[in-house]
Amino acid sequence: MIRLLGEYLILLLDIFKRPDKGPVFRRQLLVEFVGLGVDSIGIVAIISVFTGAIVAIQTAYNIDSPLIPLTMVGFTTRQMMILEFSPTIISLILAGKVGSRIASEIGTMRVTEQIDALRVMGVNPANYLILPKITASMLFNPVLIIFSIVVGLWGGYFACLVTGLVAGSDFIAGLRGWFEPFTVTYAMIKTVVFAFIIASVSGYLGYNVDGGSVEVGKASTRAVVVSSILIIFFDLILTQLLLV
Amino acid sequence: MINVENICKSFADRMVLKNVGTVFEKGKTNLIIGQSGSGKTVLMKCCIGLVEPDSGLISFDERPFSSVKEKHKKDIRKEMGVLFQGGALFDSMNVEQNVMFPLNMFTDMTPAEKLDRVNFVLKRVNLVNVNHLFPSEISGGMMKRVAIARAISNNPSYLFCDEPNSGLDPKTAEVIDQLISEITEEYNITTVINTHDMNSVLQIGQKINFLYKGELWWKGDKNSILHTDNAELNDFVFSTELTRRLRK
Repeated sequence: MIRLLGEYLILLLDIFKRPDKGPVFRRQLLVEFVGLGVDSIGIVAIISVFTGAIVAIQTAYNIDSPLIPLTMVGFTTRQMMILEFSPTIISLILAGKVGSRIASEIGTMRVTEQIDALRVMGVNPANYLILPKITASMLFNPVLIIFSIVVGLWGGYFACLVTGLVAGSDFIAGLRGWFEPFTVTYAMIKTVVFAFIIASVSGYLGYNVDGGSVEVGKASTRAVVVSSILIIFFDLILTQLLLV
Repeated sequence: MINVENICKSFADRMVLKNVGTVFEKGKTNLIIGQSGSGKTVLMKCCIGLVEPDSGLISFDERPFSSVKEKHKKDIRKEMGVLFQGGALFDSMNVEQNVMFPLNMFTDMTPAEKLDRVNFVLKRVNLVNVNHLFPSEISGGMMKRVAIARAISNNPSYLFCDEPNSGLDPKTAEVIDQLISEITEEYNITTVINTHDMNSVLQIGQKINFLYKGELWWKGDKNSILHTDNAELNDFVFSTELTRRLRK
């Protein structure tokens, strides 16, 4: 465990060096924005709209006291989406989608000697391959999470309209009430930390693949499992540090 | 010229290279031959810096390479071209982008100059109208030629080829051998080829180093290899029915 942590930290030192060529790094960054970010918009939208709808319906279903105003449905949906569902659940989904992609892409490059080819050319492979992925994830994931929150709230609103459990005006009144801007800051901090975990851990596991296609598959699975566990663990730590 | 002096390398308790010393000459095709497991791949990996030898010295034109820090190796690495066994072309890039990669990383050429250079080296390896194809869309022989084009695109002083003919039919293998030989002579490159293909040995073996169980067992050229009384080398050279018949 200590050895793995040491290897991971040494790899990070290699990753966070000045790129060999600025224009090449910027081009790679754009490629990763598309591959890791833009290509994830669809799945984020689908999951978010349904999550928002489900949270709204479940909250409305559980309010059976006439003393609790129905505006609580909008309020609860907003708080749940901002505090937990969008930053954490979507990051877990991205750990599966993006993490496995990073680990298998870099792992395949390792077993087909493409990383060796980079190294013998005099290129720093860790920096060239992993730094754009970490940077793109840390810059684009907050955009995805904001998008997820907005789409989730729309999902909740439409669910209320379709089911008739809560009037649209009540839902919107709840959304607008008792808003603390720090909750968004908290969500963004979590998102950036989770993005770093997903890209760096998956990059490390792919970079250190030794063997053939079976090992690439194992690294891809391990990337998802390890990233997910770390996301939940850091979710607890960050919540304790930032909210309590 | 590449000097290899008393290189030793072990993995766990197994000594893979034992005091190997030789000189790879400039403008010539220098071959490392031997059976599988004889240590030739490890020797080549030591030369290109993918494996660090336990002891000994490797120097490129009197510039030490092994046992120096990575940042000092970088300058020499930029003068190397390496043809890997599987080609090691970047899957995400097309042929043109693969060949242009070293130029993008290490030169300040304009896009037009880079494209001219790419087209020139692709033509040199007899490839035309393939610029926009991806590695998955071309044959094994074409992949090797693209890899050679990428290796020579930045005018290297040293060219390393690991099993350049593996997986190729005899006719294509001969074309690749001929191409490497011509490029070596034309650009006066120090070329090191790792092979166990006897056709290559007899066709382009200007300097041959035979490794046997991790030791440098024999040195010579393509003419002397057929007339040696070295038993281990004869076992290797005349191991196939075809070569045995030719000998008779």
